[in-house]
Amino acid sequence: MSKDAAFRWFPMPLHSLLMLVIWLMLNGSLSLGHVLLGSLLAMVIPWLCAPLQMPQPGHFKPFRAIRYILMVLVDVVIANVQVAILVLGPEKRLKPAFVAVPLDISGALPITVLASTVTMTPGTVSADVSEDRKWLYVHVLNLEGTEEELVEQIKSRYEQGVREIFAC
Amino acid sequence: MNFWIELLVSVLLVFGGLFVLVGSIGLVRLKDFYMRLHAPTKATTLGLGGILLASMVSISYQQGYMSIHELLITLFLLITAPVTAHILAKVAMHHRLKQIERTSNAHYVDRAREQRPPKDAE
Repeated sequence: MSKDAAFRWFPMPLHSLLMLVIWLMLNGSLSLGHVLLGSLLAMVIPWLCAPLQMPQPGHFKPFRAIRYILMVLVDVVIANVQVAILVLGPEKRLKPAFVAVPLDISGALPITVLASTVTMTPGTVSADVSEDRKWLYVHVLNLEGTEEELVEQIKSRYEQGVREIFAC
Repeated sequence: MNFWIELLVSVLLVFGGLFVLVGSIGLVRLKDFYMRLHAPTKATTLGLGGILLASMVSISYQQGYMSIHELLITLFLLITAPVTAHILAKVAMHHRLKQIERTSNAHYVDRAREQRPPKDAE
């Protein structure tokens, strides 16, 4: 009973906490007024949004997530430099391609995380997911090796990381 | 302001500005929509990162406390940029925008716009 009551007041406890923290960061203060207003928003907004929630995988490993985020941040910097070189270099030498990556992970959130990572990292933009959620279509700015090598790189570097975070 | 702080802020601003410029050059130079999509999604993130870092250093120094608005902007940017790029690419495929001829695996566009797997199941 008490668990149900807690769920009714805080349908998304993690989101509520995150919202309060971001509210305090946005206002750059820890005054009582902002804590109260932030807490009120952190209660009302999840309450309004709870019906929109989609079932998420139960396991989530925060330390793996932090490791993954750091790895991706480094890759984002490398990706930026690589794309800058490609953009400024001779345009004729670029070999764009579409690549279909077979997905071994399932669930909306893990696939979203993987697709976003693919977009942020070297020379690839995710373009679509097949209806059965088993294939991720990716556009590559400059395909250097073979298609299989790129698929292998995405799978071993990023998909593996996502799989470790969500344990799926 | 301290000379070294000024130097750091200037270097970050120039660095960030260069990457944003490269992103814009990419928009002009690259030949088809899909390739153009790469320039603003990547080159710009690092560019904005540099500019935001400069703003953070400068404001933190002047006001004497950590300014964290910029971290939030970076966070929102990193969350929203891939979503925008994904939707743009998806819409482009559904409208059958032309890709340049040397794009390999162009037949995937037809499969992708119907959200089918690349090969029919056997």
